Amino acid sequence: MSTLKESFTSKLGTDARQDGNQYPASVTVFHVPRERFIEAARAMKTSDARLVAEWATDETLFGRGFDILACFAKGPEYLIVKTEAPVEDPAFPTLTKKFVAAYRFERQIRSLMGVIPAGHPDPRHWIKHEDWPEDAWPLRKSFDPSKPIPRVNGEYNFIKAEGEGVYEIPVGPVHAGIIEPGHFRFQAVGEDILNLEEKLGYVHKGIEKRFEALSWTEGVKLSGRVSGDTTVAHALAYCRAIEAMTGCNPPDRALWLRALMLERERIANHLGDIGAICNDAAFAFLLYQLSRLREVILRTNDRLFGHRFMMDRVIPGGVANDITPDGVKEILSELDSLSGEFERLIVIYDENPSLEDRVRDTGILTPGDAKELGVVGFVARASSQSLDCRILSPFPPYDRIIPRMAVLQTGDVHARAWVRIEEVRESIRIIREMLNTLPEGKISVRFDPPPADRAGFAVVEGWRGEIVYWVQSGPRGEINRCMVRDPSSVNWLAVEQAIHGNIVPDFPLCNKSFNQSYSGHDL
Amino acid sequence: MLRILHQIFRTGIVTEPLPKEVEAEIGIVGARLEEAIIKRFRRSLTIRMVDAGSCNGCELEIHALNNPIYNCERFGIHFTASPRFADMLLVTGPVSRNMEIALRRTYNATPPPKLVVAVGDCGCNGGIFDENYASLGGIGKIIPVDATIPGCPPKPVDLLKGILRVIGR
Ligand code: SF4
Repeated sequence: MSTLKESFTSKLGTDARQDGNQYPASVTVFHVPRERFIEAARAMKTSDARLVAEWATDETLFGRGFDILACFAKGPEYLIVKTEAPVEDPAFPTLTKKFVAAYRFERQIRSLMGVIPAGHPDPRHWIKHEDWPEDAWPLRKSFDPSKPIPRVNGEYNFIKAEGEGVYEIPVGPVHAGIIEPGHFRFQAVGEDILNLEEKLGYVHKGIEKRFEALSWTEGVKLSGRVSGDTTVAHALAYCRAIEAMTGCNPPDRALWLRALMLERERIANHLGDIGAICNDAAFAFLLYQLSRLREVILRTNDRLFGHRFMMDRVIPGGVANDITPDGVKEILSELDSLSGEFERLIVIYDENPSLEDRVRDTGILTPGDAKELGVVGFVARASSQSLDCRILSPFPPYDRIIPRMAVLQTGDVHARAWVRIEEVRESIRIIREMLNTLPEGKISVRFDPPPADRAGFAVVEGWRGEIVYWVQSGPRGEINRCMVRDPSSVNWLAVEQAIHGNIVPDFPLCNKSFNQSYSGHDL
Repeated sequence: MLRILHQIFRTGIVTEPLPKEVEAEIGIVGARLEEAIIKRFRRSLTIRMVDAGSCNGCELEIHALNNPIYNCERFGIHFTASPRFADMLLVTGPVSRNMEIALRRTYNATPPPKLVVAVGDCGCNGGIFDENYASLGGIGKIIPVDATIPGCPPKPVDLLKGILRVIGR
């Protein structure tokens, strides 16, 4: 089978020009003329690639126009296609006819960068709410982020279902529980959901723009706050991207400690969410039990790393905290008791018929839809997609300490919960292995900022799934653009699909089984 | 079912005593607190949590207040789904522009006397997000704030201390 790169060059011929300013070199970047952008996407579609992300950059500081970039992946291979649009004609042909995931990426490009996806079927803005002025394009260099933008009158048109007995239920942005804000619009007949439409963007904080005002070392703090529940994985993805562009190689011990923290973050979130799913299925017992286990992990984090979520512990060039031999022992014995208690609780989960009744066949995301939407992480693995960056694109220590991938076919609430149960087990196993092979030595090296006009790319498998960073330096070596793609940016699409045919009262349970990040999506 | 009972039995009561300094603080605040709760909150303090733009880190720690280790219900602290029943709003995040209106509405829907507590560095002053076109800064920029609980995020113990501090005075 040919690689994406081979099929790309064979289809696009001499029109595909390879870009040498992007790192790591394993990720190929091709320039194509604007009129061949769709053809490039078609070549990727026929090669069975998924659309990972699509974004735009303002290149005016270099005396150029806008760049539009689309990142594709298949198995371990990532390939970026790039095209240009002049300032006077900021437009590019839409990829929505080939890739569903392009829908929101491109609405966002239009809303925040003011570059038009020509032919896009949905003219509504995304993230940019209806009360923003049309010409407020915060990601453009000409935009002054310090000035407040005025509110204008506007309306957001939700998709309407018509017919006898069809009614609409608006929910949010402020929800009933202790969760993030977002709006859901249901069209329903009786209890049956005909359609769900999400409207997000409520916690848009201007994160991508904010990166551009920070230094490279300050940037990692911000990346650690894109989605607080995934602080380690985001900081790691940011660091790996900027380390790739500068050739910075953190010492082995730092790589091991980073992976240790990444797996601890996975365990803590999985424990909390499995419990929360059970609670939404009216089985509070497991919520209390599992949240107790989660709390134990967080307290150990606090003692050993100085922060319950290990925020700001991954830094460019390595990690901020070392761990003592006593710390290693403490984690190993904690894992022993955790593993014992966890297994006892999982037997209870597995043998409880009332729970089973709620979680099986509820909120099904079919493998076909999962593939079509390009979802990632445990959501993908619960619907038959074998995707896990730790296994497909490993960096040390994952190249030698290899997790087993848990893949299920049913795509229901149970599958999403069960994949995470298996992953807790695997994380416990590989943490033990990491601690048993922990290299000696330094925990960080110096990080020197990159030269001008370079780009770095990285993917990291956080607990929710593949996190992508693409970072570019400007003419003075500053951050010109930092593109963040949380798993939620694609996985939110799947919630809308999975809810079809379910009843309104099951929505909280379905939604919980996805548990996507609002902040990571809205940026 | 037997397994569940067995697990409950094995786990016992895990609500742990708070660290010494917090216990001392509760001791001091306790008397005034009880008086205040009886007089002002009829023995139960009802809190509505509002995320006005946070990164969700603060929410995780507020959630933790309900886990069996902190078990805030034993202090009479109860989280409600509606601002209409709330004595206190616990607000996180820098206020995002897209949440400003919803935050004002929630505030207006809360009956007086309403206490507003800004949670986290972001809630206090906007934190790392600072102020820009999309982040409007701390909660106090938008609605009146009675107290702040700094930290990124504040630990559950800090949250408890902070809440007890506000209602005890
Ligand atoms: S204070 Fe910290 S944890 Fe809380 S919302 Fe702000 S960045 Fe997130």
